[in-house]
Amino acid sequence: MRFFNSLAGRLSQVRRSRLAAPALLMASLLMTGGIVAVITPASATKYSADADAIAKGRALFLVGCSSCHGKNAEGIQTQGGGQYGPSLVGVGAAAVHFQMETGRMPMANPGVQAPRKTVIYNQDEIDSIAAFIASVGPGPAEPTEAEWSVAGATNEQIVRGGELFRTNCTACHNFAGSGGALPGGKLAPALTGVAEKHIYEAMLTGPQQMPVFSDGVMTPQDKRDVIAYLKSTESAPGYGGTSMGALGPVAEGVFVWIVGLGALVGFAVWIAAHTARTKKGSNA
Amino acid sequence: MSAHEPHGNVEVVADPIADPGLSPHLPRPTDVDPAKEKRAERQVATLFGLSAVASILFAVAYFTFAIGENPDLILGFGASHVALGLSLGVALLGIGIGAILLARKLMDDHEIVEYRHPAASSEEDRKEAIAALTQGIAESTIGRRPLVRNSMLAGLGLLGVPAVVALADLGPLPGDTLAHTVWGKKKLMRLVQDVSGTPIKPEDIEIGQLINGEPEIFFTNPESGEAASLDLQAEKAKAAIIVVRMQPDEIKAAQGREDWGVDGILCFSKICTHVGCPISLWEQQTHHLLCPCHQSTFDLADNGRVIFGPAARALPQLPITVDSEGYLAAQSDFTEPVGPSYWERVEK
Amino acid sequence: MSKPFDSNGKKPAAAAKPNRLGNVAEWADERVGLAGLAKKNLRKVFPDHWSFMLGEIAMWSFVVLLLTGVFLSLWFKPSMEEVTYQGSYAQLRGLEMSAAYASTLDISFDVRAGLLMRQIHHWAAMLFIAAMIIHLMRVFLTGAYRKPREINWLIGGVLLLLGILEGFAGYSLPDDLLSGTGMRIADGLVKATPVVGTYMSFFMFGGEFPGHVIIPRLYIAHVLLIPGLILGLIGAHMLLLVFHKHTQWPGPGRTNENVVGYPMLPVYAAKAGGFFFIVFGVTTLMGALLSINPVWKYGPYTPAEVTAGSQPDWYMGIAEGLLRIMPGWEPTIFGHPLSLNVMLPGQVGPFIIFGSILAYPFIESWITGDKREHHLLQRPRNAPTRTAFLVALMTAYGLLWAAGGNDILATQFHLNLNWITYFMRVAVFVLPVVAFFITRRWCISLQRHDNEKVLHGYETGIIMRSADGAYSERHEALGSDEAYTLTARDRDEVYVPADGEDANGISSKQARSDRRRGKLSKKMFGNNVQKPTAQELEEAHHHGHDDATLIGHDAGQH
Repeated sequence: MRFFNSLAGRLSQVRRSRLAAPALLMASLLMTGGIVAVITPASATKYSADADAIAKGRALFLVGCSSCHGKNAEGIQTQGGGQYGPSLVGVGAAAVHFQMETGRMPMANPGVQAPRKTVIYNQDEIDSIAAFIASVGPGPAEPTEAEWSVAGATNEQIVRGGELFRTNCTACHNFAGSGGALPGGKLAPALTGVAEKHIYEAMLTGPQQMPVFSDGVMTPQDKRDVIAYLKSTESAPGYGGTSMGALGPVAEGVFVWIVGLGALVGFAVWIAAHTARTKKGSNA
Repeated sequence: MSAHEPHGNVEVVADPIADPGLSPHLPRPTDVDPAKEKRAERQVATLFGLSAVASILFAVAYFTFAIGENPDLILGFGASHVALGLSLGVALLGIGIGAILLARKLMDDHEIVEYRHPAASSEEDRKEAIAALTQGIAESTIGRRPLVRNSMLAGLGLLGVPAVVALADLGPLPGDTLAHTVWGKKKLMRLVQDVSGTPIKPEDIEIGQLINGEPEIFFTNPESGEAASLDLQAEKAKAAIIVVRMQPDEIKAAQGREDWGVDGILCFSKICTHVGCPISLWEQQTHHLLCPCHQSTFDLADNGRVIFGPAARALPQLPITVDSEGYLAAQSDFTEPVGPSYWERVEK
Repeated sequence: MSKPFDSNGKKPAAAAKPNRLGNVAEWADERVGLAGLAKKNLRKVFPDHWSFMLGEIAMWSFVVLLLTGVFLSLWFKPSMEEVTYQGSYAQLRGLEMSAAYASTLDISFDVRAGLLMRQIHHWAAMLFIAAMIIHLMRVFLTGAYRKPREINWLIGGVLLLLGILEGFAGYSLPDDLLSGTGMRIADGLVKATPVVGTYMSFFMFGGEFPGHVIIPRLYIAHVLLIPGLILGLIGAHMLLLVFHKHTQWPGPGRTNENVVGYPMLPVYAAKAGGFFFIVFGVTTLMGALLSINPVWKYGPYTPAEVTAGSQPDWYMGIAEGLLRIMPGWEPTIFGHPLSLNVMLPGQVGPFIIFGSILAYPFIESWITGDKREHHLLQRPRNAPTRTAFLVALMTAYGLLWAAGGNDILATQFHLNLNWITYFMRVAVFVLPVVAFFITRRWCISLQRHDNEKVLHGYETGIIMRSADGAYSERHEALGSDEAYTLTARDRDEVYVPADGEDANGISSKQARSDRRRGKLSKKMFGNNVQKPTAQELEEAHHHGHDDATLIGHDAGQH
C-alpha cells in the first residue's frame, strides 16, 4: 500500500517537476494570453486592477490544479458521485492562501487527507492563483495582518480564547492542539507551530473536513482570541517537565510501563543478582 | 491431615538426579581483599553523603526559585519544580542505592536455611479447638432454644433495613427528569452560541459551518434571570446542541422532519447516545459527526443515523425555526430523551 | 486452649551484656512482650530473586501514595462549589470553576513542590497497578498460588480491583475536562444497568449528572475508605506471606521442606528498605521530569466540552477498548432498552477477564486433585497450558488496551481509525487463541530441550570431524547442580477417571464430573514432556560412553 502511495507520489512529482511547471506556464501564457481577457468579462470591472494577476493565476491553475478541480474551478466528480476535487467557486482567496502556503495544495496524490508539506509555489504565484479563484466567485479575502495579529492581546482575551478553543476546537485538535483522529484515515492536524494567519484562514474557510467558523458567528475578535490562547500555551513553559507529546493518558500509560516499571525491574534484577565471587583466600 | 507428606526425600534423590545439596559458600572480593572492602565502604558512604547534600539542595531550591505567575525557568521547565524533583530524587536514590550496595558488598552474605512447617495445625490442636468451639456453642444454649435463635436471626437480618433505608437520601428519585430539557421551558427558545451567548441569524451561517450552541436561558442573569432556578451543569449536560449547515439537497429528512431545519441548517443534540460525551467532530464534506470518546459516528445529513461505532441510537434532532426577529429558535423540546440510554427510556 | 498461655519467660529478659539497645529492648518487651515474635522473625529467611520483588514495587508505591497523598490533602478542596479562579495560571484566570479544580491549580502553581507531589502521586498510582499486575503474572506463571497460598491469591485479586477503583476515584477528583468526561462515561455505564440503572446514577451523583456531591463522595472514598481497605488487605497479604514463608526456586539444597536465603535482619531489611527509597526515588524523578495529567491544559469541566484523545488512565484501558470496539447492540425488552453496547463491555467484559484468571488456580487444582503443599516454584515452560492461558489473556488484554487508544494509534501511525476497530473486533477473539497454541507448543519444545540437555549434555558449538570424515557437534555433560535444577520438578499425572457406571449402566453425577475432569486433565497435561527417569538417564550416559563423549547430533536422530 505504502509502496503504491510513494510510487504515485513520485510519478506526480515527475509530472510537476520544477522545470516542467515554468515551461508549461510559459507555453500556456503564450497560447492563451489573448483568450484570458475574453473569458473573464463578468469580473473584469471589479478586478480590473488585478487583471494581470488573474490571468497569470488562471494559467497556473490550468497547469497545476485543473486536473482535479476542473478547468474553471468547478470541481470534478467521480463516477460514483463523490468529489475528486471539490468546486472552488466561492471559497475565496483566503482558502487558496491557506491551502497553498501550508503546502497542502497541490496534493501529491489523491487521498482522504491533504497533509502539510513543502510549499512548491512562490508567494507571487500563490497570490495570482488566489486572485484567479477570487474572480470565479465571491468568497473570503486573504485576511490582513490587522485581522490575524495577536500582538498585544490582553489576558482577558487569552482566557476567553481558551474558552472558545475548548468549546469549538479541542474535540478534534486535542486539549493541547496536538491533533486528533477522524474517521477513515483522516485526521485533525496539530496546531502547534502553525502561523497565526493560517489558523485564522482555516477558521474562516473550513479546509477539508474542518467546519467553517464564519465571521458572522465567530467574529474576527473571537478568532484572534483563539489564536492568542494557542500562542500563549505554545510559549508557556513546561511547568511539570516534558509533555511526552501532550497526547494524554495513553502516552502516560506507555511511559509508566516502559520507563517506570522498566527502571524498577532493572533495579530489582540488580538487587537480587549474585555478587561476584572469588576463590582465592576462601577462609572467610 | 497428611497434607505435609510430599514426595519423600528418598524419591527426590533418585528422580533422576540426586540433590547435590547447597553449593559451598564462596567469599566475595570484598570479603578477602581489604582494599576492595575499603573501596566499597567509600562507595556506600559517598552515596549516603550525596543523599545528604541533595536534601540540603532541596531546601536551597525551595527558597531560591520563584513559582507563581512568572516562575523561574530552567531549559523551559519550571525551575522550582525540576530542581526540587531532581534533588529529592537524588536524595532518595542515594539512600536506596547505598543501602543495596551495603547489603550486597559488605553485609554478611551467608545464606541460611530455615525449615518449613505445614500450614495446618497439629491434629491435637485442631481437636482442642473444635472441642472449645462446641463447648462454647453448647454453653450459649442458643442451639437448643430455636425461638431465641430465630428471633435473633430475624432481628439481625432486619438491621439491614435501616442500613439500606438510611441511604435513600443519597439522591432524589429520577422521575422523568431525564426525558426533558430546558428547551421545553419556553416556546421558541433561541439558539445562542456557547461562550458568548449571542443569538444566531441563519444568514450568518455558511455552508459547512458548525456552531456549538446552548439554549438562550443559560445566558440570562444567573442571580435573577430564568437561569437562577436551574442546575446549570446538569441542564447543560442535556441541552447542549450543535448547529450545522449543509446544502439543502444533501439532506435526507425523515418523514415528519421536513420542516425541522431552516435552509439546510439543522440542529442536533451534542450529547452522544452511547455514554454521553459531547460530540462536535463534524466533517463538513461527509456530514459525519464523530464522538471523540468511543468513535460512534453519526450521519447528520441522514437524521443523525449511526453509521459506525458502539452507539445504538440516532442523535436526537432539535426542530428549529426562525423567530419574529429573524433568529434561530427551537420549535419545541427534543422529541425524545437525549444522551445515553437508561431503563425507563421507553421507545415511542 | 487447655494450657494457660504464659507470656512471661522463666528468666527476666536481659541481654548478655548490658548495652543501650538491650535496655531499650528490655523496656519494650516488659510492656509488650514481643521478644518471642521478634526472635522468630528478625532472622526470618527470604529467598533472593528479582521476580520476588515485583510485589514489593507495588507495596512501596502504595507507601509513596500515602505520603504524597497526605501532602496533597493539606491543600485540596473536595468541593464542587463554583469559584472564580484568581491564582497564578493566567490562561484560566477569571473563569468560573469548581473549588476542586481551582485548588488543584493552586497546588500546581502556588504551592512549592505541589506540582511535584501531584505528579509523583499520579505516577506512583499508575505504577502501583502496573506492579500489581506483573506481580500477579509472576505468581501465576510460577504456580506460586498453589496450596497453601490460595487465599493470598484471592486477597491479591481484591487488592488489584481496589487499586483500580482507587485510581479511578483519584483521577476524577481534580474536576478538569478530562476527569469530568470520565465521570460522564461512568454515569453512562451506570445508567445502562437494567431496571435500577437510573436510580443508581441518581443516588451516585445526588441527582442528575453531574450534580454537586460526587467529588466530596469520591474524595472520602479515595482518602479513607478504599485506602483503609487496601492497607488492611496488604497487612493480611504480608502476614500470610510471613506465615507461609516465601516460595523459592528449586535448586541444589532448596527443597519443598526448606527455604534458603538471607535473614530478614540485616540483608533483607537493607535490600527491601533500600528498594523503598529506590521506588520513591524513581517515581520522584519521573514526577520531576515527565509531565503527567497537566490539568491546567484541560480546563474546567463543563458537560458541553470534550477533547480529542479522551482516554482514561491506562488500567481502565481494557474497558475503554471494549467500549470502543463493541457493536451498537441495544435490543428492547418489554419496551425497555437493554444497552448491551454499554453493559457488556463496561460491566461484564472486564470482570470475565479478571474472573477467569482469578478462577484458574481453583480449576487447575480440581483437575489435578493435588492436595499437597507446594513451596517450590515451577518454571513457566513446565506448565505449558497455564503459561499459554496467561499469554492468551495478555494478548487479549494488550489488544483491548490498544483498542482503547485507537485514535492515538491512528494519528501516530497514520492508520485508519475504522479499520483498527474492525481489525480489533476480530483480533480479540482470534489472536488469543493463536497465542495460546503457539505458546503451548513453544513451552513443550523448551521442555524437550531441557531433557536433551539433561540426557545428552549441552551443545558446545564445537564441530568435530571423526576419522572417517563424519561431522558432529561436541556435547558436554551439564554440571550436577544444573542437571539437578532442571529435573527438580514433579511429573505431571493425567487423571484417569474410574469406570463410574452403576449396575444399570447409567453414570452417576459424580462419574460424569470425573470424566470431564479426566478429559480436561488430558488436554492440560497430556502433551507435556516429563523429565527423564533415572533409567533413561542411565541409558543416555551409556550411549554417551559408547561414543566416547561424542554424540552425533544430526537431524532425525533425536
